[in-house]
Amino acid sequence: MLETKDILETITMIQDENLDVRTITMGISLLDCCHSDIETMCDKVYDKITGYARNLVDTGCQIEREYGIPIINKRISITPAAMILASCEKKDAVRLAITLEKAARECGVNFLGGFSALVQKGFGPGDKELLEAIPQALSETDHICSSVNIGSTKAGINMDAVGIMGNVVSETARLTADRGCIGPAKLVVFCNAPEDNPFMAGAFHGAGEPDCVINVGVSGPGVVRAALKKADSGMDLTGVADLVKKTAFKITRMGQLVATQASKRLNVPFGIVDLSLAPTPAVGDSVAYILEEMGLEKCGCHGTTAALALLNDAVKKGGVMASSHVGGLSGAFIPVTEDAGMIAAARCGALSITKLEAMTAVCSVGLDMINIPGDTPPEVISAIIADEAAIGMVNSKTTAVRVVPAIGKKVGDELSFGGLLGGGPVMPVSTYSPAKFIRRGGRIPAPMQSLKN
Amino acid sequence: MKAVITVVGKDTVGILAAVSNECAKHNINVLEVTQSILQDLFAMIMLVDISGANIPFSEFQDILDGIGKNKALSIHCMHEDIFNAMHKI
Repeated sequence: MLETKDILETITMIQDENLDVRTITMGISLLDCCHSDIETMCDKVYDKITGYARNLVDTGCQIEREYGIPIINKRISITPAAMILASCEKKDAVRLAITLEKAARECGVNFLGGFSALVQKGFGPGDKELLEAIPQALSETDHICSSVNIGSTKAGINMDAVGIMGNVVSETARLTADRGCIGPAKLVVFCNAPEDNPFMAGAFHGAGEPDCVINVGVSGPGVVRAALKKADSGMDLTGVADLVKKTAFKITRMGQLVATQASKRLNVPFGIVDLSLAPTPAVGDSVAYILEEMGLEKCGCHGTTAALALLNDAVKKGGVMASSHVGGLSGAFIPVTEDAGMIAAARCGALSITKLEAMTAVCSVGLDMINIPGDTPPEVISAIIADEAAIGMVNSKTTAVRVVPAIGKKVGDELSFGGLLGGGPVMPVSTYSPAKFIRRGGRIPAPMQSLKN
Repeated sequence: MKAVITVVGKDTVGILAAVSNECAKHNINVLEVTQSILQDLFAMIMLVDISGANIPFSEFQDILDGIGKNKALSIHCMHEDIFNAMHKI
């Protein structure tokens, strides 16, 4: 028989501590939809997505109900759109985005990711067309997420792409200014992008993936924080790491169960569980509050990077034994506008972009969901991307940039997106210009770390 | 298939009766019951076998939700595997 305390612990985690499965993401390969005629290709894409993901949302809801565990999002990720666009004579990426939007609506999913291009070493057919189409595509759709991989440890950093992406982010914000600049919140610029990531906005279905796959992203910062809060306040950091590990294990086991069930019921192979602490704007579901629970007065003060390093490592160590296949981003997320504690720390000035940049060296993603002044020049955004990509490239890890230029707003103003994307203050960026550096273009060579063979 | 019903809330007359009555009505066999009362707070955990149930699991969950709302209790009915996954290696 199960122990009473264990049962009540699970119920408390779900009811009071915001434990949830963040997403079941179905990855679908569209490589067999390639066609020289864009219209024919779009029809094939629509049919394949709606055919494969027809029961995704219903199955997700069924599992949610049966096991009593909230599954917040059901999502789809597809082959990077630029790859299939390459086959078309007329490379109309916006036309493809609108088809994807229609398919996402038909399936009832929350997001569809993969309006993406992988350009770390240079531009292939379809890549530039896709990059140029991102602002319009994101302004004319609601569910489509876009990502561009501009660097990797193996290839170095494509600085021409970095230069373009500064403009793309700016332009996307401008085109969606009437909708609270929502566009850039659905656009991520990656270095070392994982091919099986279930989390948005960066999810896409990599070329090495099977035809269809189920990936699951877990969440649970609230549970980790509650566990630390209940523990002895004098516990040393070895004890803290141990406690985080045990909690992460339990969270991940639940994710593994959901993933196995979804895979069985949809008759689609199970891919990976992404062991992540993904915050939401709900009070109590914050990564920043975990760091503060460890003993920091405010997230962003000195010591934050060390605390985050401990947390990130313990989450992985606890989770890895709980799942048969681990992948995706796996680690702690630090999206500012999606995390109540980060928002509070940014508002009072404790948390700056420079500190966030340091934090990204030890956690799973990068500069994520940060509102910056609307008049930030594109080359500054490019330079922010280059800095992050350099951290990722040298440390052989994924880094990403998802910043939102808040059109018409200045430092200290607030910009809100609602829902899981949250909202927060506009944070200052350096006003000195990196324009000349960015204009040089070219490719930053891959570092010594890439020569492992 | 087994499920775990948990009832937490202020102790009132007839909680156990109300829940077990619904189980009987729908051919759900109660395998084990543990309950404790700490001051006024009532916590009951019931392990039930729902393989012979005469209604779909989700409908049974809805009925229990209804009882919970009527009696101002928090009632959950969840598949046993979620607890096994989390707490057993």
